[in-house]
Amino acid sequence: MIETADLSLVDWSRAQFALTAMYHWLFVPLTLGLSFIVAIMETIYAKTGREEWKRMTRFWMTLFGINFAIGVATGIILEFEFGTNWSNYSWFVGDIFGAPLAIEGILAFFLESTFVAVMFFGWDKVSKKFHLTSTWLVAVGANLSALWILVANAWMQNPVGMEFNPETARNEMVDFWAVLFNPVAVDKFLHTIFSGFLLGSVFVMGVSAWFLLKKREVWLSKMSIMISAIFGLLSSLMVAFTGDTSARTLAKVQPMKFAAMEALYEGSSDAGLVAFGILKKSEEKIGVEKQGHDFVTKIKIPGLLSIMTGGSRDVFVPGIRDLLNIGDSTRNIYSVNEMMERGTFAREILNDYKRARMINDEEQIKILSDEFFGNKEFMDESFRYFGYASLNLPEDAVPNVPIAFYSFHIMVMLGFFFILVCVIALFLLFRDKLTASKWFLWVAIISVPLVYIASESGWIVAEMGRQPWIIQDLMPVSVAVTKLSTGSVITTFILFALLFTALLAAEVSIMLKQIKTGPKH
Amino acid sequence: MTAMITHIFLQQYWWVIVSILASLLVFLMFVQGGQGLIFSLPGNESQKRMIVNAMGRKWEFTFTTLVTFGGAFFASFPLFYATSFGGAYWLWIAILFSFTIQAVAYEYRSKPSNLLGTRTFDIFLYVNGMAGPFLIGIAVATFFTGAFFRLDFMNSVTWATPLHGLEALLSGKNLALGLAVLFLSRTNGLLYLINSVEDEDLLVRSRNKLIINSIAFLLFFLIFLFSILFMEGFAVSDDGGIVKEKFKYLHNLIQMPLVLIIMLAGVVALLLGIGITVFRGERNGIWYAGAGTVLAVLALMLIAGFNNTPFYPSLHDHASSLTIENASSSRFTLSTMFYVSFIIPFVIAYIWYAWKSINRKRITGEELEGGEGHVY
Ligand code: HDD
Ligand code: HEM
Ligand code: HEM
Repeated sequence: MIETADLSLVDWSRAQFALTAMYHWLFVPLTLGLSFIVAIMETIYAKTGREEWKRMTRFWMTLFGINFAIGVATGIILEFEFGTNWSNYSWFVGDIFGAPLAIEGILAFFLESTFVAVMFFGWDKVSKKFHLTSTWLVAVGANLSALWILVANAWMQNPVGMEFNPETARNEMVDFWAVLFNPVAVDKFLHTIFSGFLLGSVFVMGVSAWFLLKKREVWLSKMSIMISAIFGLLSSLMVAFTGDTSARTLAKVQPMKFAAMEALYEGSSDAGLVAFGILKKSEEKIGVEKQGHDFVTKIKIPGLLSIMTGGSRDVFVPGIRDLLNIGDSTRNIYSVNEMMERGTFAREILNDYKRARMINDEEQIKILSDEFFGNKEFMDESFRYFGYASLNLPEDAVPNVPIAFYSFHIMVMLGFFFILVCVIALFLLFRDKLTASKWFLWVAIISVPLVYIASESGWIVAEMGRQPWIIQDLMPVSVAVTKLSTGSVITTFILFALLFTALLAAEVSIMLKQIKTGPKH
Repeated sequence: MTAMITHIFLQQYWWVIVSILASLLVFLMFVQGGQGLIFSLPGNESQKRMIVNAMGRKWEFTFTTLVTFGGAFFASFPLFYATSFGGAYWLWIAILFSFTIQAVAYEYRSKPSNLLGTRTFDIFLYVNGMAGPFLIGIAVATFFTGAFFRLDFMNSVTWATPLHGLEALLSGKNLALGLAVLFLSRTNGLLYLINSVEDEDLLVRSRNKLIINSIAFLLFFLIFLFSILFMEGFAVSDDGGIVKEKFKYLHNLIQMPLVLIIMLAGVVALLLGIGITVFRGERNGIWYAGAGTVLAVLALMLIAGFNNTPFYPSLHDHASSLTIENASSSRFTLSTMFYVSFIIPFVIAYIWYAWKSINRKRITGEELEGGEGHVY
């Protein structure tokens, strides 16, 4: 009775959402990071009153503005896309998910857009102090907007603080604080903003390194590198730390995603962490259709995976096959087969309820409410797996393993690489060897595209690793999607792809031109 | 304290908040109105630049209000969000598209190496200036004229026309409101220019254009207003069913005298703002017209949702019609949001303060040529 949509419609809708989100995410992290760096520079200007600091601030602020505009342009599409393309989802969870989105608008976006205007137009109109405050408020506003949207996203990964209401056929919020302090939300917020700070720092270092190679703006570039390398080093350490806590939380709330990230098919205790690896399709299938994977080659750190997930080498880490077939009794994880049975049972009860409602059988409604929907055991042990009723085969619960594996490992490797980059930058700077170290200046320039790759990879792990779920265990994407014709979605996909690509090309071209021109005199 | 707040109170409270956001949005679309004039109003490049910069310093407010309106609607009436956005797909996509191209246009239009060329970005501004207000007007009109959808027992939407929202463009009443909002935004755009730009010739041009745009606005607005007041509307009957009712919206105005007063006050203030600008040459007409716009739109939104009226009637399946009761969030969510809404006055206060500190001086041609500040 709950329809699942035609596969090509689901795929195109996903493609469209991924396209917009990934374009949006090209611009967002730079906003997050650069806004703080600019605020730090302006603070130094306000303290010292030296014009060259103002000149520096304004240069980076110009680049900020170019990036900001296109971030806004792509963001509005995302917000409304929940309604246009995931309308069933919007109803099923709108009661919880809508609130953070609205709070984001009221609390964060207005803060950001109001003070961005002061930042750009206020130089000779408002006092120095008010201007500086505005710049800081832009940074705070940008990061507040990250908070709320990430709370919303975290809820989809780990739905908490709600109850299902059979009458309205949706989940309703019962505990706002549980939603806000969802452990996934805390990890996600910290990891994401620090990765944005790191991205901003690497961007500033790369651009400044280019100036140094050209022997232009030497003082300004060195100072910019100093600020961004310190800020970047602190951020990159925090990125690694919060990345680790994210992974630990993940192992608890999304074990399937965790296994996919490590391409771990067979679980074991004393499980090792694969630091580097190359996958190939294995002969052995998982389930009826899906192909498994083996390693062509790998570097493994023994025992570490067990220690990370459970604190000791004895801890059993379940692999994809274990999760499909037997679950993990030590941590109360059922097998996918089992969850499908429980989910199907829950769906039958809901159908009975709806049928009783249709013929107004009050007696039956009362029985079902009391025995099931009002019963904690039914809700926790069966309804929790409601979404599994919509899966056809158990292996549908397995995400794309190579994508999860590679994007995760690329991100982590780059994470350690950037720590090194920041350390070397500071070392060379204090030894006054920066301008002479051409090789390093090139490394800093090449780091700019790399940090974007790391950042996009992060979202690919998080979002594609959670497939097929739009809401973990409760709703798969195929149920969430709006029933449109596939042709309509293909048309809007192409429309957005062309538009965003044209705008991105214009943005990059303007940005490069502004960098070449350099700061104004 | 929360326990004392009833669900119906919160539903009405949130309908009022959403209505206020909608009315602020319509006022702030003076930015779009100004954009729609960039090719026809200015006599030379410098004047065009002044118009673009006057509007460009405010576009973010309009944009953010639209975003917040969407977010607040999602949070408080998610069933509307799911039904209308998913169903009237093409109408909303067209609106979104027109705002996406606006967001980059200001920042990029006069930057060197902008690839697409200044003219393309100006066309973006123009398209958003015309299509934005018109299509939003069409979308709001469907609160009165209804849409073609059916909800199943899981509240999942099926749209009954293959046009997915574009069918709204075929209704005369919808077109009347679309055009009214378009000409209203142009009227307000002109009033705002008169208030914020210092250039004799541009002032004269703006005044001339004002007359014709405000007449067009009045014409379409009155057509829309009278056609809905005297048409057959939908009402929620005592047993909760949806029934037809002759003169429903007229009844709403009469049965809610406060709303009638708001409506009349709005229209009077609007006319006053236009009148003092045209006949007495004053330059602060925008404040009267702006207040008038907010009040008039607010009144429209209130008769659309209050007094047992479904705010999104389904012409295809009356029982599926959305009311502020059946489309809203749970009591808990609405009351959480109720506390959040207390922040709104602070938000308005700092916006006001920042706005005033930037608008202290009128925009002149010299300022834009000087090149010190941030110029579009
Ligand atoms: C508030 C929720 C939320 C947030 C903050 C994000 N996403 Fe997301 N993402 C979704 C909610 C979502 C979604 C609605 O749930 C999608 C659509 C289909 C799906 O499976 O999840 C999705 C899909 C989706 C996909 C495609 C996955 C697939 O369908 O195979 C990618 C690659 C991303 N997202 C990437 C991002 C990026 C780069 C984001 C950073 C801005 C981002 N997501 C933020
Ligand atoms: C898929 C979910 C997302 C939606 C629906 C969304 C929505 C939006 C919208 C509507 C805007 C424009 C607001 C304005 O008027 O200024 C925007 C901008 C912004 N968003 Fe998102 N966003 C999403 C993901 C994210 C994430 C994950 C982050 C941060 C971690 C983020 C951070 C920002 C920031 C900082 C801006 C300001 C503009 C810019 O960065 O250039 N967004 N977003
Ligand atoms: C240093 C080692 C790193 C580790 C151990 C790490 C770990 C993780 C993990 C486990 C996730 C998935 C969280 C989830 O699915 O809920 C994640 C996501 C993410 N990572 Fe990393 N990461 C590291 C470095 C980086 C770097 C260098 C960047 C970018 C500059 C980055 C950006 C992101 C982003 C944007 C996300 C998506 C948001 C989120 O889910 O938190 N990470 N990271």
